[in-house]
Amino acid sequence: MAINEKTVKHVAKLAKLEFKEEDIHDFTEEIDKIIQMVEQLEDLDTQGVEGTYHGITHHSVVRKDEAKLDIDREDLFKNVKTKQDGFIKVPAIMDNGESGA
Amino acid sequence: MTILDYTLEELHERLVNSELTSVQVIEAVYEKINETEPNVGAFLALNKEEALKQAREVDKNGIDPNNILSGLPIGIKDNIVTKDLTTTAASKMLEDFVPVYNATVVEKLAEAGMISIGKLNMDEFAMGGSTENSAFKVTRNPWNLSKVPGGSSGGSAAAVAAGQLPASLGSDTGGSIRQPASFTGIVGMKPTYGRVSRYGLIAFGSSLDQIGPFTRTVKDNALVLNAISGYDDRDSTSYNGETPDFTENIEAGVKGMRIGVPKEYFHEDAKEKGVVESVRAALKKYEELGAEIVEVSLPHSKYGIPAYYIIASSEASSNLQRFDGIRYGYRAEGVKNLEELYVKSRSEGFGLEVKRRIMLGTFSLSAGFYDAHFKKAAQARTLIRQDFEKVFEDVDFLVAPTTTSTAFEIGGRIDDPLAMYMADILTVPVNLAGVPSVSIPCGFSDDMPVGMQLIGKHFDEQTLYRAAYAFEQATDFHKQKPTFKGGK
Repeated sequence: MAINEKTVKHVAKLAKLEFKEEDIHDFTEEIDKIIQMVEQLEDLDTQGVEGTYHGITHHSVVRKDEAKLDIDREDLFKNVKTKQDGFIKVPAIMDNGESGA
Repeated sequence: MTILDYTLEELHERLVNSELTSVQVIEAVYEKINETEPNVGAFLALNKEEALKQAREVDKNGIDPNNILSGLPIGIKDNIVTKDLTTTAASKMLEDFVPVYNATVVEKLAEAGMISIGKLNMDEFAMGGSTENSAFKVTRNPWNLSKVPGGSSGGSAAAVAAGQLPASLGSDTGGSIRQPASFTGIVGMKPTYGRVSRYGLIAFGSSLDQIGPFTRTVKDNALVLNAISGYDDRDSTSYNGETPDFTENIEAGVKGMRIGVPKEYFHEDAKEKGVVESVRAALKKYEELGAEIVEVSLPHSKYGIPAYYIIASSEASSNLQRFDGIRYGYRAEGVKNLEELYVKSRSEGFGLEVKRRIMLGTFSLSAGFYDAHFKKAAQARTLIRQDFEKVFEDVDFLVAPTTTSTAFEIGGRIDDPLAMYMADILTVPVNLAGVPSVSIPCGFSDDMPVGMQLIGKHFDEQTLYRAAYAFEQATDFHKQKPTFKGGK
């Protein structure tokens, strides 16, 4: 096994995901097979090879960081579920028993 | 011949000489969609009222004979944002998301006068190779309705293959344009990374994603790429060099060209012999047309799948963090606090395959695994890219099968994610290297279309179109029409 249920639960926590307790076993087996597959890379000798972390071969271009009004504030709120006084309303950050938004 | 049998070029001629109006073309599109959609299921949203309004406008203003795409229809993959038109990426997470801006490609198509017909189905967030991962519907292959159209741009491919549309846009992160083009017998181009702006493309693997066109003919494809290419200051990875006219010299033929045949891409022992046989026959055709065929090697090809799945999933896990239920997208109900809002919204909003990729990516980037996974994959990527650079010192472009098999049965692979991943073996190296590749129809195997991909040097789409056009003109695979086998 490349990964166990405990690690799956830990990674899920990092990714802000949760799985039903009854699904964890099968999901772990499945993701384990995938991890074993990607670990075929272990056979590859990469000593001294620089990594490629981007898609471009040409130079990346930067522009002046100037503020401009692209999209209306009102438009930006169109897809917000709950709002109040020009702010996005969300549940309480601390678990204080309120039902929040 | 009906209106929708015409290519973009032929439609343009008819608009210019007043044989047809834009309104007639757009109406014909919606009629065809009405007629075939119950079988095909390509669309997630239609833009009919607005499209007809635009067509009337075009007709009123008169067709500009120099503006070849003006008044002509196109469909958009549903991970490309369209202002005021629902954009879901086929995810419950974005079920009711209405963008407040247009992607650069959508703006560019509008500038060219093209009319957006609607949004096309796909695998959720472009993750998959069958369009079965859509949260909303199944799209069927027009050649055989029990088979998948491929993916992730399955709706974009099926709509064009079914004759609903002459052109559509897709996106390709690991084969998502070329594989469905291959499965449905049409032309699909993944341009060089940087050629087309990604602004407004819902990000999956940002260092791999590229938008590109689907069409039935090679020249139509070049025309659409002309319209969507070019530098965009809203995408820092977009290419600020020259954008050529991709139709220039398209008729110049392949005489004297050197075609590389990467031996690692020819799985002679594959279960389905028809694929490799069709591509071998196509190579013979190229020889007849005056090209020279050279066997070459891309020795790191077998590391493409593991490197790709680490890199794409890692980038996805980072990109998809934005879906937190706050500013837009699905929000879980009845939660007690903010942490629970994030976790429940994401767990209920994302489908299983998306969660798998987020988990794999998060794992690969996590402390203790970063070096063995993400760093190693980035190094493998360098070696894969160098493989291509090396062979391109000697040949003009490469020819290989696009896929190892033709379209498979709906439901056939969906429970075996690993088998689904392995099937991308022939398409992912191109994305890792950033080079362009076009898939064109080159034969049939058991009545299903076979595609071959032409792979080129960075920013040399012109050679690919020229070579693809030469093959197309010498064959009639692109003229075959799907039979809607098994249809009502």
